[in-house]
Amino acid sequence: MTMLQVKDFGKRFTIHHLGKTRQAVEHIQFSLEQGEFLGIVGKSGSGKSTILKSIYRTYRPDEGSMIYHSARYGFIDLTDATEREILYLRKHEIGYVSQFLNVMPRTTSRELVEKALLEMGATEQAAKIEAEKALTHFELDPKLWDHYPNTFSGGEKLRLNIAMATVKKPRLLLLDEPTASLDQQSKIKVREIIEKLKASGTTLVGIFHDIEFMDGLCDHVFDMQFSQDKFVKEGVIDES
Amino acid sequence: MHEEPILQVRNLNKQFGNGCTHCRNKVDRQLEKNYCPICGTVYACQDVSLDLFPGEILGIVGESGSGKSTMMQCLYFDAPVTSGEAFIYNGELNGLNVFQLSPQKQRYIRNHKYGMVYQNPVNGLKMNFSSIGNIAEKLIAAGNRHVSSMESTGNKLLEHVQIPLFRSKEEPQNFSGGMQQRVQIAKALSNNPPILFLDEVTTGLDLSVQANVLDLIKQIQREWGISMIVVSHDLAVIRMLADRTMVMLNGSVIEEGLTDQILEDPQHAYTQRLVYSLL
Repeated sequence: MTMLQVKDFGKRFTIHHLGKTRQAVEHIQFSLEQGEFLGIVGKSGSGKSTILKSIYRTYRPDEGSMIYHSARYGFIDLTDATEREILYLRKHEIGYVSQFLNVMPRTTSRELVEKALLEMGATEQAAKIEAEKALTHFELDPKLWDHYPNTFSGGEKLRLNIAMATVKKPRLLLLDEPTASLDQQSKIKVREIIEKLKASGTTLVGIFHDIEFMDGLCDHVFDMQFSQDKFVKEGVIDES
Repeated sequence: MHEEPILQVRNLNKQFGNGCTHCRNKVDRQLEKNYCPICGTVYACQDVSLDLFPGEILGIVGESGSGKSTMMQCLYFDAPVTSGEAFIYNGELNGLNVFQLSPQKQRYIRNHKYGMVYQNPVNGLKMNFSSIGNIAEKLIAAGNRHVSSMESTGNKLLEHVQIPLFRSKEEPQNFSGGMQQRVQIAKALSNNPPILFLDEVTTGLDLSVQANVLDLIKQIQREWGISMIVVSHDLAVIRMLADRTMVMLNGSVIEEGLTDQILEDPQHAYTQRLVYSLL
């Protein structure tokens, strides 16, 4: 079953103050089956994050379509879904993880994860149990559970971020350079997390600087240079 | 799947002044300014439409003079509208344009459906009544007559907004700005309204008190599921509270979208200027 099909997608940025318009990406095309993992690679500035942010609708898409298969709405075009539909999808179906933690201030890690669950309608009791399970699962030091995350290290923030996104068991998870600025040890952990998510049937789109690191995990690699996706067989990029 | 809004506003117009032949025709009106250079009529709100959905927080940003508060005052019947429609889909008033109801009916809506928190607590509180008396006033207006139950409701609310109980009989004029604001929030919540209006509630409070009030609002939304319209010129407040955001300029809505989209990918020149001037 096709989970996400992006067709002829393009995005422009207009800065009125400078009187300039810049085409960030155009003619982007790929499709993704349920449970697959698409890796997006390319130079910085090539528009990788733009694609991801447009899927999540942090950016307003300009051209093309992005058909997503929603559990609630069926096939829905993310480029012209209503804001309320997008808010619902963000709460229940589509997760977004970046290397930056952008959360409510004055909230402890535990509360953040619980809040993610409560939003979905979990009971307080269930949220508490699930939150602890997730924090343990992603190996966040229990000492940090009742602390504000603003003093966390990059790796800790990332793990909290992933925990917040994955407790919702999203159908589609967008990973925006989750391994950037992490040491080798933490990267391996991220890889393990992605393996687990994939095993549980989550569909993933990820941006990685070092795609070799994801060897054997990606089903497709989308190279910004060629604007098309290639099928990957056993970790080797099929150039044909 | 169609979702019903709880509050629907269509083409709300509010003008101060009678207009003249020059400005009465909407097409001829200069859009850069919201007042007529000939007769001085101010068009404070021009065709403002919005949908507020159950349980969501809608943010409204814009510079001072953009018509944010005027719109709020019209919705709360503090000021009459020039034209426009508003519908509340909650109980017996479904499908009625509330702007055209009798003053009695409008008062009923204020007492049963709406809560309002003004920027200046003087507008929302009787400063020389006790705090609990202020809450009781609203409860009586909403039809409560039982003194001891009102007292326990009032105390519970004051506790909820972290006003120490031994001060509940004190007059708000003795309180600090942040405390007054919290008493106002308690008062606004006392009739258990489905819709809450917050007009620049944190403006003028120092940062730590501001944080305190914002946390309280967020907590109320989470626990009570009240729909809120939050007016602010402070993007940080909007970022923290609102799910969706509308940007107003010269009385018109120039842009609306998901809050993170407004902040990260603003489309209109004015919104861009606003967002890029964020420190």
